Amino acid sequence: MPTDARRLALALSALGAALLVVAAGALLVGSAAVSPRAILSVLLGGKPEGIEAVVVLNLRLPRIVVATLAGGALAVAGVAFQALTRNPLADPAILGVASGAAFGVVLAQLFGLGSTVAAALGLSAFAFAGAMVAAGVVYVIAATDGRLPLQTLLLTGVIVGLFFSSAITVVISLVDFNRLGGVIHWLLGNLAPISGGSLAVFAVLSAAGVWLVLGRARQLNLLALGEESAIQLGVDAERLKRRIFVGASLLTSCVVAFAGPIGFIGLIVPHTLRGFLGPDNRLLIPAALLGGGVFLLLADTLARTLVAPAELSVGVITAFCGAPFFVYVLRTRYRGIP
Amino acid sequence: MTPLVELRGVDFAYPGSGTRRTRPFRLSEVSFEIAPGEILGVIGPNSAGKTTVIRLLSKVLEPLSGEILLEGKSLLTLTRWELARRVAVVPQDAPPAFPFTVEQLVLMGRYPHAPGRFFEGGEDLAIAREAMAATGVLGLAPCALESLSGGERQRATLARALAQQPRLLILDEPTAHLDLRYQAEVAGLLRRLNRERGVTILLVSHDLNLAAELSDRLLLLAEGRVARVGPPEEVLHESLLAKVYGCRVSVEKSPGSRLVVQVMWPEA
Repeated sequence: MPTDARRLALALSALGAALLVVAAGALLVGSAAVSPRAILSVLLGGKPEGIEAVVVLNLRLPRIVVATLAGGALAVAGVAFQALTRNPLADPAILGVASGAAFGVVLAQLFGLGSTVAAALGLSAFAFAGAMVAAGVVYVIAATDGRLPLQTLLLTGVIVGLFFSSAITVVISLVDFNRLGGVIHWLLGNLAPISGGSLAVFAVLSAAGVWLVLGRARQLNLLALGEESAIQLGVDAERLKRRIFVGASLLTSCVVAFAGPIGFIGLIVPHTLRGFLGPDNRLLIPAALLGGGVFLLLADTLARTLVAPAELSVGVITAFCGAPFFVYVLRTRYRGIP
Repeated sequence: MTPLVELRGVDFAYPGSGTRRTRPFRLSEVSFEIAPGEILGVIGPNSAGKTTVIRLLSKVLEPLSGEILLEGKSLLTLTRWELARRVAVVPQDAPPAFPFTVEQLVLMGRYPHAPGRFFEGGEDLAIAREAMAATGVLGLAPCALESLSGGERQRATLARALAQQPRLLILDEPTAHLDLRYQAEVAGLLRRLNRERGVTILLVSHDLNLAAELSDRLLLLAEGRVARVGPPEEVLHESLLAKVYGCRVSVEKSPGSRLVVQVMWPEA
């Protein structure tokens, strides 16, 4: 077996083990005291009734699934945006894409969507449209001669993000607050359990996004040499960029639709993994899928327990970790890159 | 013998060229051939169209009219990876956006040979290692590109191009930013690749002496047209160079029978 495949297998086993450990922890802790033995017996199919079963099967387990899925999707979206913009500081939130998706979701909420599969699809469609608009605007504004210089890209992303945040505020101010009851909580990132139909839509869309990105991991490596070199090595750069753009926007928008705009996962996870695995996207993308899950699940478990019985929004935790991390990366690793 | 590459009356203009703030630039009626096994040097002033010729040959750009043939077949009939198996380009030095290692970079040259594969195979690795040995960077294989000197990075990029196993190797200013020692090293390496492996080379350079020394023939471009093409001693004429470059130039034969081109400084 070639070394790369072996390293990937190793990384995935390590991250898979970490995910199991964190997931076990997330099952164990919470405001309702449930003994490990009771959890085990519920998981093994015993005691289908009673408070323990409700807590484990209807609250903690779905939450673990949503957190893992959302974290993985965001981390892969981060790798994808970084490869696409050839910029290690790109992230769905920093690029304003998440705000665009959030605006789409708020608009969709105005129509008072229920919890059916059709509603979940509609919500995703609005989020996806918002994400595409925001990413497109950022790209058009920031691109100079087909390149996306660091400062311009970050500034444009922040400004586009601010614009969509303001637009969200406008909508919220104009509309009867009761119709948007959950919006404030959702806007900070919220991994509360979602309906089975929504979860299925979330899973399918995430899988599609990961497939779009992972299937072109090798070509994304070549894109790091610059677009012209990638073309000269046999890559259809325009098609590649479109596919990655759609894939990363899809990943971002379905997370925003079902868990809210959670920031910085797409920055912290890929950057940390690059330290272990190097820049090869063929290792990075699958590892980010698991690593993102581990990180967000950990952050969410902290959000549930730090101020128990109250609960922090998970976006608060990721932002508290992510903002200093961003500054650290900007000041050390990428100092002086134009 | 069929030429390896043939340009027939190629015209090209960048979209929007000549409007508003961009200077008008056109490639007009460019025709030339590259014979298998030769080294063709492309010279000319800034914005004469040298880089545009490279982009046309690697299908980054397509001609407005005229034809480009590779082994008798139009470039338009080849897919991008089919072309990349035959034509490799060594661009001017620019480190990649992420810290790839030399070996990872060189393995990228194997992409066009199996674009559907996720990981490279053992054969790809063997070819990559051989290419690294040929350009003297095998010992640097695990090093990140950004940690190398300009000359080392240039040789790593050259190894990447060799891993493509191309019939035509195109180099854009291979010795720019290199000090004398690395210039000599790269020049010697190119000559060896040409003689020992029969790699056909198109060399774009501002360094007329280097181009004259290495090339079998020179192509002089001026304002998007072919000003002259032929053996170095036919192209490097004082009057022609003075006209094309717009400055006084002296061409002398050195004792080693090399052509030496010198700019005559305007008198103060």
